[in-house]
Amino acid sequence: MMDSRKKRPSLAVEIAGIKMKNPVMPASGTFGYGEEYAGYLDLEGLGAIVTKGLSLKPKAGNPTPRIAETTSGMLNAIGLQNVGIDGFIEYKLPFLREVNTPVIINFFGNTLEEYGEVAQRLSDIPEIAGVELNISCPNVKQGGIVFGTDPVCAHEVVAHVRKYLKKPLIAKLTPNVTDIAVVARAVEEAGADAISCINTITGMAVDVRTRRPRLANRTGGLSGPAIRPIAVRMVHQVVQAVKVPVIGIGGIVEAADALEFLIVGASAVQVGTANFVDPSAMADIIAGLEKFLVEEGIEDIRELIGSLEL
Amino acid sequence: MKNFKTIILSNQELSPGYYRMRILAPGFGAMARPGQFIMFRSRMSHPSLLRRPFGIFRIGHLPPDCEGQPPKEYLEILYKVVGRGTSVMQELHQGDRVEVLGPLGRGFDAGQPGEEKILVGGGIGLVPLYMLAEELMRTSPVRLLMGGRTRDDILAVTEFERLGVKTYVSTDDGSLGEEGFVTEALVRALENSPAATVYACGPMPMIEAVYQICASRGVGLQVSLEALMACGVGACLGCVVKGAGHSDQTPRYLCTCKEGPVFRAEQLDWSRLGEENGYCEGCKS
Ligand SMILES: Cc1cc2nc3c(=O)[nH]c(=O)nc-3n(C[C@H](O)[C@H](O)[C@H](O)COP(=O)(O)OP(=O)(O)OC[C@H]3O[C@@H](n4cnc5c(N)ncnc54)[C@H](O)[C@@H]3O)c2cc1C
Ligand SMILES: Cc1cc2nc3c(=O)[nH]c(=O)nc-3n(C[C@H](O)[C@H](O)[C@H](O)COP(=O)(O)O)c2cc1C
Ligand code: FES
Repeated sequence: MMDSRKKRPSLAVEIAGIKMKNPVMPASGTFGYGEEYAGYLDLEGLGAIVTKGLSLKPKAGNPTPRIAETTSGMLNAIGLQNVGIDGFIEYKLPFLREVNTPVIINFFGNTLEEYGEVAQRLSDIPEIAGVELNISCPNVKQGGIVFGTDPVCAHEVVAHVRKYLKKPLIAKLTPNVTDIAVVARAVEEAGADAISCINTITGMAVDVRTRRPRLANRTGGLSGPAIRPIAVRMVHQVVQAVKVPVIGIGGIVEAADALEFLIVGASAVQVGTANFVDPSAMADIIAGLEKFLVEEGIEDIRELIGSLEL
Repeated sequence: MKNFKTIILSNQELSPGYYRMRILAPGFGAMARPGQFIMFRSRMSHPSLLRRPFGIFRIGHLPPDCEGQPPKEYLEILYKVVGRGTSVMQELHQGDRVEVLGPLGRGFDAGQPGEEKILVGGGIGLVPLYMLAEELMRTSPVRLLMGGRTRDDILAVTEFERLGVKTYVSTDDGSLGEEGFVTEALVRALENSPAATVYACGPMPMIEAVYQICASRGVGLQVSLEALMACGVGACLGCVVKGAGHSDQTPRYLCTCKEGPVFRAEQLDWSRLGEENGYCEGCKS
């Protein structure tokens, strides 16, 4: 405590020009629009706030049941329910405007044109620090192929958004691919300033008594501690494939989990499902990172990034 | 609303498969409204990841351990063992560490003072009605209609009687009270008091039947619903229920955790409510 206060380690990082107090932010869809958790932790202590996936028009989402707990994880098929961009500006933005933390807007589209239109509209909002592009959505004009599962489509959508967007662009990758490094290279080449990964892994669970899928949508996205080793592996692969900074996501619950991602080369991390289990999880993780740096005698967290010994 | 780490004061079986847990919760009573709930998690073991939602049954006080200290405030939940999470809960003991997020959600609206209030509870659905009865008893006559499959599913009725609530019990098999459904008693009660307000919590088929009875008579109804929940605070959108006027073009989803769990009947789209939200029929009395 005594002189460690004089030399408090620096947790600050910068991703695609977005300056963050520390490398910890919520994962899209697990933190609402920030407001929902304002009573439980200090939003200004976070590196950034990442909002629920936004689309041009409001989206209804899927029928219920939408969630199912599984071993060390959960499946969700929320169906990207959201208020749409007009609703966001009217109801959600006023709160975020007052918070002194960079706001990153996660968004998606059903067509290339929709992605472009949302990108253009978001460009005009000064309070937005950057956007995260969710490319794990089906392209309804091309037989429903998921943009992010094909390197050509992924390149196309990122390049299209790049044309309209005047903000830092983070491309969020789906893990439901054969080789994530190929997609990572494609989005980097298309102009992404950073990459975040991973989104949820497609899964399924069955109620053995009713013999019905536990989700109305049949399948859903698996998240939580169960996916962390897969996520760490994929971040490791992506970091080696690209030069842009990478944000690691997947099953982070405590500081040690976040450290794994940083050590393999992520410049920051996002915390998702853990927020549900403990609304103060991110505050504990940030405190835990600082404690680790003090214990290890590291002055700047950036020294840790990519420090994996092989 | 807050997130606090605390301990269990007691955890006792009430009737086969039903437990009453007392959790130390200083200052909780000043925040909690009838009909609100908590998200509960044990800190002893982690077999289940997500917290589980439970209604707040009542707030009480125990004498302090030492003289001069304030009384020990606790909150009480009643739960039925139905799966993984609740199976672990039944093994917990006094002193075990737990985490409570709450009080959460929107509770009951006390309505017009003076007019009769009819509470309809099915099995464990009785839970949120106790604090409501405490509040309503100050201004209105209150009647509790309590139903269950068997006598084992009828809980805590004497505690309502101690408040001065007129109680009526029915069971499907006639093992306690009258044989039949609690909804039959509701029809009779409304014949005598057509101006009453009805408050209901229980399994989905019961809630739907209560809705039909009230809607056809123009009787005001508030229901407390259950849903699968991950966050409890309106962030995950896992717990939604369709609101009145919902369609795919104009989605009107309401979060059970934030806009509920108590809804006025007019707020909801009843056309497919049971079908979409009745997943727990098998496990609930
Ligand atoms: C606002 C609210 C208040 C509640 N209050 C109480 C209460 O006071 N006492 C009580 O005993 N229970 C209450 N419940 C239900 C309770 O949350 C579930 O029974 C519990 O989460 C089951 O956990 P489990 O791990 O034992 O079951 P799981 O292993 O998760 O599931 C076992 C079975 O229970 C069903 N189930 C799981 N979660 C829920 C749920 N949230 N609601 C209904 N069924 C569910 C599953 O579909 C499955 O059939 C409440 C639920 C809500 C939403
Ligand atoms: C309920 C829920 C909703 C989600 N919604 C979105 C979303 O709208 N957009 C998106 O890009 N990712 C969404 N995700 C994925 C998360 O942002 C994150 O990538 C994933 O959950 C893995 O992290 P975790 O294991 O820490 O939860 C959602 C995840 C969950 C659990
Ligand atoms: S439980 Fe997460 S939104 Fe209601």
